[in-house]
Amino acid sequence: MRLIRLWPDDSRFDFMKFRRFSFPFSAILSLATVILLLTVGLNFGIDFKGGTLMELQAKSGKADVAKVRGAAEGFGFGEVEVQEFGSAGGISLRFAIQSGGEAAQSAVVQKARDTFGAEYDFQRVETVGPRVSGELVQSGTIGIILAVIAVLFYLWFRFERELAVGAIIGTLHDIVLTLGFFVITRHEFNMTSIAAILTIVGYSLNETVVVFDRTRELMRRYKTMPSVELLNLSINNTMSRTVMTAVTTALSLLALVMFGGRAIEGFAQVMLYGVVICTYSAIFISSPMLIYIGLRGSEAARTVGGKVAPAE
Amino acid sequence: MLRFSKSKIIFTMGIIVIGLLLAVPSMMSREQRLSFQRSLPGWVPSWLIPSRAIVLGLDLQGGSHVLLEVDVQDLMRTQTVQLRDDVRRILRETRVSPAGGIQVTPRGAQIRVPDVAERDRVLPKLRELSQPLGSAVLGQGGSRDLDVAVTPDGLITLTYSEAGVNEKVRRAVEQAIEVIRRRIDVTGTTEPSIQRQGADRILVQVPGLQDPQRLKELLGRTAKLEFRLLAQPGAADVDMLPMREEAGNRVPVERRVIVDGSDLVDAQPAFDSRTQEPIVNFRFNIRGAQRFGQATTEAIGRPLAIVLDNEVISAPTIQSAITGGAGQISGRFTVQQVNDLSILLRAGALPAKLTIVEERTVGPGLGQDSIEAGKKATYVATIFVVIFMFATYGLFGLFANIALVVHVGLIFGLMSILEATLTLPGIAGIVLTIGTAVDSNVLIYERIREEFRSGRSMVSAIQAGFDRAFATIIDSNSTMAIAAVILFFLGSGPVRGFAVVFILGILTTVLTAVTLTRMMIALWYHWMRPKTLPF
Repeated sequence: MRLIRLWPDDSRFDFMKFRRFSFPFSAILSLATVILLLTVGLNFGIDFKGGTLMELQAKSGKADVAKVRGAAEGFGFGEVEVQEFGSAGGISLRFAIQSGGEAAQSAVVQKARDTFGAEYDFQRVETVGPRVSGELVQSGTIGIILAVIAVLFYLWFRFERELAVGAIIGTLHDIVLTLGFFVITRHEFNMTSIAAILTIVGYSLNETVVVFDRTRELMRRYKTMPSVELLNLSINNTMSRTVMTAVTTALSLLALVMFGGRAIEGFAQVMLYGVVICTYSAIFISSPMLIYIGLRGSEAARTVGGKVAPAE
Repeated sequence: MLRFSKSKIIFTMGIIVIGLLLAVPSMMSREQRLSFQRSLPGWVPSWLIPSRAIVLGLDLQGGSHVLLEVDVQDLMRTQTVQLRDDVRRILRETRVSPAGGIQVTPRGAQIRVPDVAERDRVLPKLRELSQPLGSAVLGQGGSRDLDVAVTPDGLITLTYSEAGVNEKVRRAVEQAIEVIRRRIDVTGTTEPSIQRQGADRILVQVPGLQDPQRLKELLGRTAKLEFRLLAQPGAADVDMLPMREEAGNRVPVERRVIVDGSDLVDAQPAFDSRTQEPIVNFRFNIRGAQRFGQATTEAIGRPLAIVLDNEVISAPTIQSAITGGAGQISGRFTVQQVNDLSILLRAGALPAKLTIVEERTVGPGLGQDSIEAGKKATYVATIFVVIFMFATYGLFGLFANIALVVHVGLIFGLMSILEATLTLPGIAGIVLTIGTAVDSNVLIYERIREEFRSGRSMVSAIQAGFDRAFATIIDSNSTMAIAAVILFFLGSGPVRGFAVVFILGILTTVLTAVTLTRMMIALWYHWMRPKTLPF
């Protein structure tokens, strides 16, 4: 009755061997991301940079980008980004933050409404002042750091220290590479992006935890098995589940990318990328990392001592 | 064993049925809900029928979101001016004249009283101005809103303490919320939501509002109305205030306020019967009428300045004593201006200037498009996952699919009773949980398979599969939940909507993917007595 089998039963694939490729590969990517973050930087949206975002829809169905850009640049409100977007007739305008305090931001909107109101519908108008954007940057950063710390404590509590460290390295890896995705694709980085990163943190740990749960179980069952073999067995045992979950999650995200509309599309693309990265890092980064952190050293000594009941 | 007690089955099914029923109103339109309620026979108590539908966020419904901040500097300016007036009254009462008058500082006031006897007279009175903060019962260390300090050479400094300023801000926010509500109510806007946010901010959300310009105009003005006399030449205690109609021209106005806007009981737009000019007619309460009457009696022939937000609107000469408690404000206004002004005067003055620090407006068309897109994505994701699960696990996949549909229904049901707001990122969250909810089923099924292939009997394999997978399910969902909870406390508006969906999704997945699936498998096993797994 089973129509699909994505992963063979009783696989004995040597995943650990790949660490010779995956470690340098991820190290280079992470380094490149950090360099890109420092040089090119993220494309911060108005949530974090402040400013005004407007989405206009041409009443006639045809947008004249050049004309709108010309008019907007003539406002004298500094630099303005004008882009076509979505279905026919959509234009987005992004004005930088205006000097002259919070009230000055409103003038931009009023001017645009007066100028374009006759030919365009204003579908979305967002203005974020300098103070709020500063706070959002702060709370976004704090949130991600807090999430990593909170999860580290949870893992420490539930697992052994070595496993917790391995999981956190994998998670940090995923966060960095997700930021790299933002830099390269020039996706706008806003509050929703923070939500995406936190969800990726959750998913990344979810993946790692499932493998490590098995590692812990096997460690207790096979007390003398070498680390490499043990980790390989853990991954092979959980591989069919890993693939299944990655596919179902990817399928639902695919639905979002295809039909979710412009506002969600970006979020879904980042998440889709995140699912791939998280699955990769759980298998090829977090697990082989344990070989170096020393899986057996402390763990074997502690569990053999009789703290944990032997498997039946 | 794979046995469920009857009571446990009834209990679980009960929760699920109630949860799903709660989701029903959200699936109906408003008209359908109302007509359904009307069609019910009279003996059905109304509380029995779920009627709450999910609240849609402004990003789905369309509308305006305006975040205002109390201008603390402006508030303290008003407070220090009031403090100066209080100090002046005390000095007059104690017949003390300080060297160099009263200095207003950014956080208070100071006077210099070199004479020790005079200082001893005035100090206790000044100390009375300081109010204790918080309730004495809670004993907040006896902190007071105003600190009074004296140097040996006689400089008396009155400063609002940090706690004092915070208390003033807190009260200002409370007052401002009341004033804003009155101002918005007059415009006839439907269901505005006005909430305090943080220490010094107010969030105003108005569903359906397309252009918040008028709203901003109504909220952006303090509307502090004062009646003061124009100062005579050489008078002390004078403010130089700008004239409204004459740019750059300033006139001297006495600092003493005869009556202010808080003594108004009514203000209405009208037309002057002679000039046909738009004006505002107002009436004072008894106290205001008395003061106004007395002042105008004493000052016949002098010009009376009508000051709005520190700007002289007009300064008509007092022809005769005005004792009726009524009057009018004119100043070459447009009809719209007198309408707005009378709304503002009726609603009262804001305790301080409010600045707009964030504004987000979504047109209703875009909101509707987002809902349609979200629905489509939800259906497609469900179909994808359902087909895939069935193809992979056959009958067990079908069980997982039933659990999945119940799971989504329960999220809606929970959101309805919790009155949580569904936002666009929230919809994304629902679609995402469709993918992740089956993870628990996958964990269980893969484990059952493994146990069965290692030689266990059916019952034993199923049992072990559920038991062993459970710890993993808890661990993996907990890590997800930690991230979601942090997001909830961190985010606001739409992003918070995502976190809510995610947290609820994690809760319901344990009930549906674990308990409900297990029940279905147990029943199947008892009826069919299969010898092998269907996948």
